[in-house]
Amino acid sequence: MMIKVEAIVREEVFEDVKEALNAIDVNGITVSQVMGCGAQRGYKKLVRGTEVDVVMQPKIKFEIVVSSEEWEKKTIEAIQKAAYTGEVGDGKIFSYEIRTATKIRTKESGYDALN
Amino acid sequence: MNSGDTGFIMICAALVFFMTPGLAFFYGGLVRRKNVVNTIMACTAIMGLSVVMWVLFGYSLSFGTNHGGVIGDLKWFALNGIKMDEAGPYADNIPHLVYVAFQMMFAMITPALITGSLVGRVKFKALFFFIMLWSIIVYYPMAHMVWGQGGFLGEIGSVDFAGGNVVHISSGVSALVFSIILGRRKGYENTAYRVHNIPFVALGAFILWFGWFGFNAGSALGANGLAAHAFMTTAIASASAMLSWMIIDVIKDGKPTLVGASTGLVVGLVAITPGAGFVPIWSSFIIGALVSPICCFTISFLKGKLKIDDALDAFGCHGIGGIWGGIATGLFAKSSINSVARWDGLVFGDVHLFLMQLVGIVVTIAVAVVGTLICLGIVRLFTPLRVTDREEKVGLDISEHGESAYPTFNGLDS
Repeated sequence: MMIKVEAIVREEVFEDVKEALNAIDVNGITVSQVMGCGAQRGYKKLVRGTEVDVVMQPKIKFEIVVSSEEWEKKTIEAIQKAAYTGEVGDGKIFSYEIRTATKIRTKESGYDALN
Repeated sequence: MNSGDTGFIMICAALVFFMTPGLAFFYGGLVRRKNVVNTIMACTAIMGLSVVMWVLFGYSLSFGTNHGGVIGDLKWFALNGIKMDEAGPYADNIPHLVYVAFQMMFAMITPALITGSLVGRVKFKALFFFIMLWSIIVYYPMAHMVWGQGGFLGEIGSVDFAGGNVVHISSGVSALVFSIILGRRKGYENTAYRVHNIPFVALGAFILWFGWFGFNAGSALGANGLAAHAFMTTAIASASAMLSWMIIDVIKDGKPTLVGASTGLVVGLVAITPGAGFVPIWSSFIIGALVSPICCFTISFLKGKLKIDDALDAFGCHGIGGIWGGIATGLFAKSSINSVARWDGLVFGDVHLFLMQLVGIVVTIAVAVVGTLICLGIVRLFTPLRVTDREEKVGLDISEHGESAYPTFNGLDS
């Protein structure tokens, strides 16, 4: 079973999460810069003395595809530990099953495409 | 008094002023994107602080009545007694006030240079108080010793045309001491800090180059042949240094880089600063061409072997470039170009000036090291020097100023 792990984390923990994934030998990650909000609902900020609403927060999204439930668990644990600060706005981790994978260069598919 | 000279020095003062904003962009481009606001803000705050301090007591302490060859006094406190239509003791061709303004810009750029080695981790409050103390404990005495009437380095015959000792060695060495005490940035061992905005670096370097013509030519204190001489040695040294840094890049990596060329032209400017109005035109090719390999070697040695996080190479460029410039002045100066130099340089067979240049350099290093340690000791009583780990990770733009320089790539937060 191929599983995709998607983690939305704080910008500043980017390096830590990357290193944590590196440490458990997860090879192959996709990272994007995203905006969003959760329970925190943004905050107010002063610009030249005037309050402005900042609803959307910049976050980093990691996407990793793994080949088993055991790896799914390991990956989620590693991300959770590395991205934790304990304050509102630490982010979320989602995982779901995916149907196919194809490696463009070699046309390999399924598990073979993951390496 | 001469209106031509007055106009020329006022324009030169404005050119020297422009170097600090140029430096802000030079440094700002070199840091990571989460620290660029803080880096530019450090230079900006110094632009305000240095003017206020200079006018209140800085000028008087630097250029007032001599005390022991080391420091002036407070007779010109808040510019009291300085007339707009009378010449001062340092130049009889321009109003005293113009001289005050020209020198004020030097007191601005010098502490700004230090900030380069501290980026990404120094607490803004600590930096601000440090610069305040450093101006009093290191800069004003240095300016007095070298340029003030009765200053002891000037008296023994050590020469410094536009500030190799006062500006570059003093700031470079202080930056090194501060960066050692401050410690390395987080993850220094395993992360290569990528330059975040190369066009900013080039823009800053070009502004510095432009402003430096005012810095060096203006130090002739008149619109005359000596100013033209300093102008040309400045152009030649920086051009030669830029080309030699490009050659180093090609040898090391196969490709010339814009960051390398920008760094090269700046170290060329540093190297010619003490000698611009003393050395013959031909020697400025040599001074410029040699400074790049010297600085490049120092930077890789500091970072590779000693593992000192002189983040933007304030010591590697300004300290070492300034020391080479001081030595080169002792090698190539000719008293027939500028009679302030009492002797010819070593290549013309006279050892006096060369030795005095070495004395000047050693004294400057000693004052900078001791002065910086004293300043840091005092600042530490009131505030930690470093931000917390978390603040460093988030970036100093957000944690120290609550501002971020750039919108996210997708622009949703703009």
